[in-house]
Amino acid sequence: MTDAHLDIRQVTKTFPTPEGGVVVALDRVDLAIAEGEFFVMLGPSGCGKTSLLRCIAGLEYPDSGEILLDGSRIDDIPAYARPVNTVFQSYALFPHMSVAQNVAFGLEMERLPKNEIKSRVAAALEQVKLTGLDRRKPTQLSGGQQQRVALARALAKQPKVLLLDEPLSALDLKLRRGMQVELKRLQRETGITFVFVTHDQEEAMTMGDRIAVFNEGKIVQVGSPQEIYRRPVNGFVADFIGETNLIKVTVGSGGFIFPGGGVLARELLAEDCEVPAAGECLLAVRPEDFELVDTDAAVVGEVVDVIFTGGLIRLHVRAGDQEIVAALPSHGAVVPAVGDQTRLRPITKAARTVGS
Amino acid sequence: MSKVRAPKSPGRPGQASSWLATPTLVFLILVILLPLLITVVYSFLSQPSLGTGVKWVFSTDAYRQIFVQEKLDGTTAFDTRYLKVLWNSFYYAGIATITTLILGIPVAMWIATRPVRFRALLVLAVTLPFWTSVLIRTYAVRQILDETGPIGGFLKIIGVGNSYQILYTPWATIIGLTYTFIPFMILPIYASAERFDFRYAEAGYDLGAKRWTVLRRIVIPGIRPGIIAGIALVFIPGLGSFLQPDMLGGGKTNMIANVIANNFGQARNWPFGSALSVFLLIFTVLFVLMVTTGVRSRGDQVRLI
Repeated sequence: MTDAHLDIRQVTKTFPTPEGGVVVALDRVDLAIAEGEFFVMLGPSGCGKTSLLRCIAGLEYPDSGEILLDGSRIDDIPAYARPVNTVFQSYALFPHMSVAQNVAFGLEMERLPKNEIKSRVAAALEQVKLTGLDRRKPTQLSGGQQQRVALARALAKQPKVLLLDEPLSALDLKLRRGMQVELKRLQRETGITFVFVTHDQEEAMTMGDRIAVFNEGKIVQVGSPQEIYRRPVNGFVADFIGETNLIKVTVGSGGFIFPGGGVLARELLAEDCEVPAAGECLLAVRPEDFELVDTDAAVVGEVVDVIFTGGLIRLHVRAGDQEIVAALPSHGAVVPAVGDQTRLRPITKAARTVGS
Repeated sequence: MSKVRAPKSPGRPGQASSWLATPTLVFLILVILLPLLITVVYSFLSQPSLGTGVKWVFSTDAYRQIFVQEKLDGTTAFDTRYLKVLWNSFYYAGIATITTLILGIPVAMWIATRPVRFRALLVLAVTLPFWTSVLIRTYAVRQILDETGPIGGFLKIIGVGNSYQILYTPWATIIGLTYTFIPFMILPIYASAERFDFRYAEAGYDLGAKRWTVLRRIVIPGIRPGIIAGIALVFIPGLGSFLQPDMLGGGKTNMIANVIANNFGQARNWPFGSALSVFLLIFTVLFVLMVTTGVRSRGDQVRLI
C-alpha cells in the first residue's frame, strides 16, 4: 500500500473521560486514500471518524500508529506545517476579519507576496462564487455563504488533502443538496483529495467515490457506495446504510425458514455471501427488494400498517415475532390493506446473510 | 398619525415600571453627582484666611495655582510641579496597566481553559483579596517588601540582601498598584476568554499559523472587549491612586491624589484641592472618550460610557 496518497496505518487514539476512564476513539485503524479521490468517512456520532480527521489535520496526535502523505510521515509534525487544510463544522471563520482577510490569512502565513495573496484570494472567492462579498464580516453572511468562505479559505492554500468535518450539517436540506453538487464540482475541478466526514448515509452515497463506514473506533467496511449498499459486510453496515430488514431465519434443508413459516430457497440468495450449514442466521433485505407473490412466499403475515409515500407504498407486515417493512411501487395493481394476509418474497439475489 | 402603544399590562413577564429604579437613581445622584457638583463649585471659590473650608467669593485662583507659581518676591513663573505630579499619575497608572495586562492575560486565559468545575474556584481565588480592606492589604505588602520582611530575609540568608531596598521606592508603588488592580484586569479578560471559541485557534493552526501568531492575530483580537474593559478598570482608578504611593512609595512618588488629599488635609486649601480634582477628572474623561471612540470605530460591543 505504499502507493497510497494518504496512508493511515494502525492509528489508535484514546481520550480520558471525566470519570477517570478511557474512551477508545480509534482502534488500530488502517486506511489508504488515493490521490484525487472524494473519500467519505461515515459513521454514527462517536464512531471515531472526526477523531481520525483531526489526527490527519494535526489537531490531535495519535497515541500510536503512523499517518503518511505521499510516503512521508506527517503524524509527528505540527498542524501548521502540514500540507492539509480543514473546513470546520462550525466554519470557525475569524469574526474580527473580513471575508477577504479570512481567506488571505492562510496565505499570509506562507509569507507570499502581497499581490499573489490578492490574486489567490480573488481566485478562491470566485471558485466558491462569492465574488463581491470580500469586505463583509462573517456575521453579515448567511450560513451558506459562511460555508463558502470556509471552503475558499481552505482551498486558497492549495492543500494536498482537504478535510471536511461535517461541513453541511448546519445547512437546511435544499442548501445542503446544492452544496453537495458544488463540492463534487470543486473536487473535480481542483483535483484535490477530499476527505469528507458525515453521519448522513445519504450524503455519503451521493458524494463519495469511496466510503469508509466507521463503528466504535474501527472501520467496518470500505468500498464504493454501490458496494456498501449492495454488499454490506455485516448487519451494522446493512442497517446503517439505507434501510434494511434484518430478519432472523433458520437454515433448513430447503432454504431459509422465515419467522411466520415462509421459506426462501437458497438459490434466491445473493451469490457472494456465506451460508452456514445449519442453525440460525441473519438475512438482510432492503424494503424495496420485496415483491408480492402468490406462491413460494418467504414472508407470510398480516399487514399492520400501510403508508403511502408517493412513489412507494410501505407495508409493515407482521410475520411471526418480527415486523418486516416492504416498499412496493405505488403503481402496482394490488395494494393490500391493513388486516389483509399478504405474501412477499425478496427478488432474486437481493437477500444476503450478514452473520448471526 | 396615531401612535400605537403597547398596552400597559402589569402582568408582562420581565417588565416592571421604570419608577422602581427611582430609589437607586436618587441614591446615585446623591453620592455621585452631588459631590461632583460640590467639588466643581468649591474649585471656583476662595481659600479662607483662617481655618479650613471655603470662602464664598468667586475666584479662579485655584486653577491659576495649578500652572502659576507666585514667588516670595512677588514675581510669578510657570509652575510645572503639578503637571509633573499629573504626569506621575499617568505614568504609574500606565505602568500598572501594562504590568496587570502582561500578568493578567495568561492568568485569565489559563482559568478560562480549565475544566468548568475548577473555573468558579479559580475566579473566587482571584477575588479573594477583596475580602479584606485595601488598607490592610497595603500594610501587608509593606511588610512583605520591607527589608526585615520575607524577601529581605531570604536575600540576607543567601548573602545578597545588604543593598536590598524596594520599600519607599517607585518600584514599591508599581508593585502595590499591580497587586491592587490585577483582579480588575483578570476578571473582564476572563469573561471574554471564557466565551472565546478555541476552535478559532485550531483554525489558525490549521491555516499555518504558529502559537504566537495565533495568540497575536486570533486570540487577542477575540478577547479584545475584555482587554479594553480591563485597561479602563485599571487605568482610571489607577490615576486616582492614593494609598500605594503614600504607604509604599514613601511619599517620594507623589501621584495627584496624594496632592489632592494633602490640600484637603494638612494644607487646608480646599479650593485648590477641588481644582486639582476637576483637573484630574477632565483627563480621565478624555481618556474614556479616547478608548470608547477607538472601540466604536472597530465596531466592538464595549460601552464604557
